Amino acid sequence: MSGLPNYHALKVDAAKCIGCTHCMKACPTEAIRVIDGLAVIDHERCVDCGQCHRSCPTRAFYVEQDDLAKIKAFKYRVILFPSIMIGQFPEKYNETQIYSGLKKVGFTHVFEVEQPIQLLIDSVNEYLRNEENPKPAISTYCPAVVRLIQGRYPSLSENLILRKAPHDLAAHFAIERLLLEGAQRDEIGLFYATPCIAKIASVKSPVGERESIVDGIVNMNHLYNEVMKVISEVEVEDNSVQRQNLSEEGILWSLTRGESRHFGSRSIAIDGIHNVVRFLERLENDQVKGVDFLELRACDQSCAGGILLTGNRFLTVEKLERRAKRYPSAKDISESTIRVNIEELKQKLVIDSISPKPLFIFGKDRVKAMDKMTRAQRIVCSLPGIDCGACGAPNCHALAEDMVNRKAKMSDCIFLQQMWEDEGKITAGKAHLNVQKKWGTDRFKADCNKRGRRNEGF
Amino acid sequence: MKLTFSIQGGDFTHAGHPSSEVKKVLKQLDIDGKTIKNIVIALYEAEVNVVAHAWMGTVSVDIEENKITIWVTDEGPGIADIELAMQAGFSTASKEVREMGFGAGMGLPNMKKNTDELQIESEVGIGTKVKMVNYFS
Ligand code: SF4
Ligand code: SF4
Repeated sequence: MSGLPNYHALKVDAAKCIGCTHCMKACPTEAIRVIDGLAVIDHERCVDCGQCHRSCPTRAFYVEQDDLAKIKAFKYRVILFPSIMIGQFPEKYNETQIYSGLKKVGFTHVFEVEQPIQLLIDSVNEYLRNEENPKPAISTYCPAVVRLIQGRYPSLSENLILRKAPHDLAAHFAIERLLLEGAQRDEIGLFYATPCIAKIASVKSPVGERESIVDGIVNMNHLYNEVMKVISEVEVEDNSVQRQNLSEEGILWSLTRGESRHFGSRSIAIDGIHNVVRFLERLENDQVKGVDFLELRACDQSCAGGILLTGNRFLTVEKLERRAKRYPSAKDISESTIRVNIEELKQKLVIDSISPKPLFIFGKDRVKAMDKMTRAQRIVCSLPGIDCGACGAPNCHALAEDMVNRKAKMSDCIFLQQMWEDEGKITAGKAHLNVQKKWGTDRFKADCNKRGRRNEGF
Repeated sequence: MKLTFSIQGGDFTHAGHPSSEVKKVLKQLDIDGKTIKNIVIALYEAEVNVVAHAWMGTVSVDIEENKITIWVTDEGPGIADIELAMQAGFSTASKEVREMGFGAGMGLPNMKKNTDELQIESEVGIGTKVKMVNYFS
């Protein structure tokens, strides 16, 4: 699959969006504005963290996905998925039944992505041992965090660890294994099921690479439903040989502290995008000393809190922790079980570079930018400062910035408008029209069934 | 463009607000990361000095096309021997302040290291005025 520039998986369904401003307030990069009564995402700014999706009371955000039928084009059809998925299924189904269910859906090979994880651990440790790499080294595991750093903390881009994620590892591993079985490369189709919209985006437009290794992305919720339709209620033939390379460490990898427990003498793990933002502010101010490894995850409870999951995140964590105990330590899995060339595989985990992509700049011309910022500052003085969002921007400051960037007008602020009316600067009729333009005519009708009525979807 | 902030002596919880705000503005102006870092470190040190030693202070910032000038002015005990205070490890911070992880005696040397120009004027019993200039590349 060739890389698409700036791809984002989240879309807004205009039929469902009620323009309630919840998403706009939750977004960590102020990427959302309400225009004509609908949420609009600025794709330059979006980092795919999913906060908007979570905060939406009407489920207006949906995720674009590839059609499962696409797998039919391949002789070897590989499903790659993170361990988290196993934690979704009801307790009465065991791993063997789930694996066999995935095959019934149409896949020929089933690979959990966190294997053989020791390779990734070794590779990251190699990276950390190099004194030239800036500390604290920041994991690149969570693509939403990587994009956040590139855009909002560009100077910290150099702290990102230049190593790929488990799904890349497993993809290469799966290919090598199938080639050993006698498959041709073009007969192998790799499909990646994920609970994560940021992973979808990072697979469709990879950071630091032109081509993506997988052929399709599967929404984990969707796959879960498909498997549940066909899963066997009775014991099926043992298939544990397919999990020979899975380890305790691998199963825990996508949970909070899944990485940090392995690296550095002083490491910190942080989950939840707003917690991450607060910490990165400090780090950028050079107020964090002596830490050598940072695991930062956008979702609360890390990937167990990914947005395309069915189960409760805390129950998922508990289930995975129990599952992990049944598996051997990664160190105890012998190279002969892995069977492919380990050094070659390790080479494939290296990323060349991750460049900063500053999002919040006011243009390249510094004098003009300063002029704009001074104007924005002056505008803020006249705004009420209650950050109500009725103008369609997340806060007064953002509105002022939009104004100097010619994306908004003074009259978008309903307070200013009210004042102007009082001062006789505009007519009441014109003021009403302005608000209607922003929020649509329906907003003003008394209608107990209107979209956004009390309790809808809450 | 100009920015001003006030600092309250003894308020360690909020030390760092002016430096964060200045950082935000410099990022929006697309100043390179290294320069921003130097400025933020120097300003943060200056803020902490005010918080740790003085009663109150102000930060005034003037950003021009090719440089940033920051004045940190406080009403406080002042510095008797500026040259001595410039030496790494020299500190007059109280025990309580040191226990909070501040006052290791790196303040002024760190400010010097991270600024292109540093001027300090101080009068014992009245206060201290620090001027820092950094040039943009
Ligand atoms: S996914 Fe995150 S960054 Fe993108 S619009 Fe939604 S809240 Fe904002
Ligand atoms: S924590 Fe996991 S699921 Fe959430 S955005 Fe990051 S990688 Fe995706």
